[in-house]
Amino acid sequence: MNISDHSSILIIVIPLIASIINIFISLFKRSLCYSFFLLILGICVILSIDILSNVINSGTIRYKLGGWMPPWGIEYVVDHLNAYIIAIVSTMSLIIAVYSKESIKQEVPEPKLPYFYSTYLLLTTGLLGIAITGDIFNLYVFLEIASLAGYALIAIGEKRSVLASFNYIIMGTIGACFYLLGVGYIYIMTGSLNITDLSLLLPNLYESKVMLAALAFLVVGVAIKIALFPLHRWLPDSYTFAPSAVSAFASATMTKVGIYVLIRVSFTLFEPRFFTEITPLSSILVWWAIVAIFFGSIIALAQTDFKRTLSYILIAEVGYMVFGVSLGNKQGFIGAVLHILNDAVMIACLFMIAGGLMYRVGSRNLENFLGLNKSMPITMAAFTIAALSMIGIPPTAGFFSKWYLILGAIEAEQWIGAIALLFSSLVNAIIFFKLLEKIYFAKKDNIPKHKFPELPFSMLAPIVILALSILVIGASTGKIISKVIQFTVPGGF
Amino acid sequence: METIISTKPLLAVLVSLIATILIAITGERARNLRETWTILAAVTKFGIVISMLPDILNGKVIEYTLLKITPELILQFKVDALGIFFAITASFLWIITSFYSIGYMRGLKEHAQTRYFAYFAIALSATMGVAFSANIFTAFLFYEIITVSTFPLVAHKETEEAKRGARKYLTYLLGTSVAFQLTAIVITYNISGNLNFSYKGVFGGNVSHLIITITFLLYIAGITKAAIMPLHSWLPAAMVAPTPVSALLHAVAVVKTGVFMVIRVVLHIFGIDLLKNLDLGTILAVIASFTIISASVIALRQDNLKLRLAYSTVSQLSYIVLGVALLTPSGITGSVMHIVAHAFGKITLFFTAGAIYIATHKTKISELDGIGRQMPFTMGAFTVGALSMIGIPPFSGFISKWYLSLGALEAGDIFVLAVLATSTILNACYFMPIVYVAFMKEPKPDPHHHGYNSTAIHEAPVFAVAPLVLTAIGTVLIFFYPSFFLEIIKIIVANVTGGN
Repeated sequence: MNISDHSSILIIVIPLIASIINIFISLFKRSLCYSFFLLILGICVILSIDILSNVINSGTIRYKLGGWMPPWGIEYVVDHLNAYIIAIVSTMSLIIAVYSKESIKQEVPEPKLPYFYSTYLLLTTGLLGIAITGDIFNLYVFLEIASLAGYALIAIGEKRSVLASFNYIIMGTIGACFYLLGVGYIYIMTGSLNITDLSLLLPNLYESKVMLAALAFLVVGVAIKIALFPLHRWLPDSYTFAPSAVSAFASATMTKVGIYVLIRVSFTLFEPRFFTEITPLSSILVWWAIVAIFFGSIIALAQTDFKRTLSYILIAEVGYMVFGVSLGNKQGFIGAVLHILNDAVMIACLFMIAGGLMYRVGSRNLENFLGLNKSMPITMAAFTIAALSMIGIPPTAGFFSKWYLILGAIEAEQWIGAIALLFSSLVNAIIFFKLLEKIYFAKKDNIPKHKFPELPFSMLAPIVILALSILVIGASTGKIISKVIQFTVPGGF
Repeated sequence: METIISTKPLLAVLVSLIATILIAITGERARNLRETWTILAAVTKFGIVISMLPDILNGKVIEYTLLKITPELILQFKVDALGIFFAITASFLWIITSFYSIGYMRGLKEHAQTRYFAYFAIALSATMGVAFSANIFTAFLFYEIITVSTFPLVAHKETEEAKRGARKYLTYLLGTSVAFQLTAIVITYNISGNLNFSYKGVFGGNVSHLIITITFLLYIAGITKAAIMPLHSWLPAAMVAPTPVSALLHAVAVVKTGVFMVIRVVLHIFGIDLLKNLDLGTILAVIASFTIISASVIALRQDNLKLRLAYSTVSQLSYIVLGVALLTPSGITGSVMHIVAHAFGKITLFFTAGAIYIATHKTKISELDGIGRQMPFTMGAFTVGALSMIGIPPFSGFISKWYLSLGALEAGDIFVLAVLATSTILNACYFMPIVYVAFMKEPKPDPHHHGYNSTAIHEAPVFAVAPLVLTAIGTVLIFFYPSFFLEIIKIIVANVTGGN
């Protein structure tokens, strides 16, 4: 029996079990925990690459859990979109895990580190589970695993993180409840939870008001989880006060996986025509996203705290992706799916740099960037690349997703949307060039006399890797689209 | 048309990027070696560009595909007559400017010289990139690289004023290109499915006129580097940069990239026929005429020498835009010719402004009384540059003005002729007084140098003076041997008009 046949279940089971074993290891030898933690995430990355290459070579993978036949048993369905998200989540979790080694030392007392690693593994499990399952109730379970792990990880940050996490728990729980209600309605009407099965059963029920209610609950539930304005209130505080590694990991993956759920619900569970023609949901979401883009960008401009700035930029970026998904045409959809990857890399890179600033300078205030190119030249070079990508200047990756999004907007004749995208690019330009000016052109007498050393290697390497991958991803956009993304486009677009 | 596949265009771009790395590695420790890299790169670049010329003159084009990022977004180089014309001008003047930069930066003991030379080289790489772009996407990419890489050059002094200037520079150039130019490119792709520059334009016949008009205006507003009013004020603000930057970048590379892109868009995206049908050339001509006259009027009132030159640049750039907007063979000839004619003239003028600053630290025109006696070579070259700007033979400016006037007659546009005439008078009004006071007036006693003999010859270092004398001679040579350039222009015109 080939192990590759089972990689789609192993990628869930291994980190899940490892998170418990990790605690036991810590009882014997605490220093082993970190290596074990890295090893497990490394295995996840290898499995995810295996899954991705299997999907690319031989199409959708269907794995029946315990041999139970669907729709009664739980089925894992991995198509191009799942494999893509899984690869992003597992790779980001490994890279940020490397980063966390040094950064977390200042934020968590050493004896508690094993718990941090276990919770981190649980979060990874949850996110991978969401991306891999083909069952809407199972998806809810993983959503809760990921969220609970997320609440815990955020709460171990600064003092104020506890309150932030509490806010997040309330909002997140409401979101999860909404999602569960939606699932409940669907189950009542059809008696099935398997997505493939449901996609065949549901079209007969499109006229039913219950389906409308179910869809509304599902979408609003997901909207809370991805912090779509005005349901974003939990996000800025949580991501600002969380430990640096957690902010980076959560920003790079949690919202992205949420977008994935939105895509699944809108285009696989229901048919695209239910989303665009039978209900006005797509135009509601388009306008909703446009407001989110404007709002996120404008508020980001007014922040003085770097992590908070990034949080609001993230809220705008979530708007980008929802916008692209909801446009209902191929170009916009490709842009949104591409942006899942690009934004994960960019925002994680920037959050890691914010963590580096905390680590060395001890503050997140934008003023602390003054003259930083003298002390941390490599970090600041990486910052420059990430910033240019955020603005959307070619040949960085950010340009290409924006290109497809704008192309989609114009094809849908959604001019306000195109303006919103450009507006947010300009706002990003203002935010980041203000910082670049501080970094590279600070007046001599304003620069703090004390020079900081460059970040330690284990923090610097992940930042540099992500910055370089921004360029590599940008240059291989065409390959990514032709190998993976074009197969994720729903039929009928 | 025969196409040659060759890596030469890529090499022309890469040469100065490699130089950038070498410059950065060498650094302040070995200044002479560092400057050697700059000179070496400049000469090599010019050599590569020139080596492509014979093929182009034989009616061939040189292509090189660097990277197919997505099926429609392709990084591709294509050297045609228009591209090589611009590349020759920019790369030749880079050699001269490099020597001048050395004289200027060392003469003034400027700080951060390594950064200066490194970013200068990047900017030139990107300029070659724009010149050799095969499609508007590649051009846009290099256009943005120019903006970003010249930002450190404008902010060089790191004072509040420099930073304010640089911020304005960036806001205008980056803001409009993202907001307008990118939108125009996306619309172009959406309508035509094609971003390649082609001789007949990319739009088919049956496209809504409204959309075409909007796209055209978006392009014109988005190519702010051409400094067309009302989006010109970044250029005067950029004058806080060191003078060699103003000379090469804000008289040649950056601003000419702007007008070059305008020419590209007019001729190779929209095409002459489409613009004639929709009468969009006239709109562009009116905007350009307005810019020519009002910038000249504003120039009259400037006391700062570099600011006066900057407004003169704004005005002269619109000559180029005006010429191509006429959409006639002679108009295009005059327009393209003015790229090189203005380049040589204006770079001379900026060089002299810099030389005056090195020798005397004077920046204002009101301080220049009698300076011609002190700096005869410099002010002699200034006179040549000024006469060329006005358009008096035997200097290069005359040639382009001649063709521009012919183009106006061809188009039957007396209005344009009047604009040219008025502007010539205005040019004379703001340049000749400088020449007059420099040579005729008695020098004012210098409050800073008591007992200093201000009539003795006191020139800037030879590294600063020799380049400006050379470019001044260049303006004369272009007048007597314009055929070198006119040959290339003939091909440009033939390509877009279909051979007549």
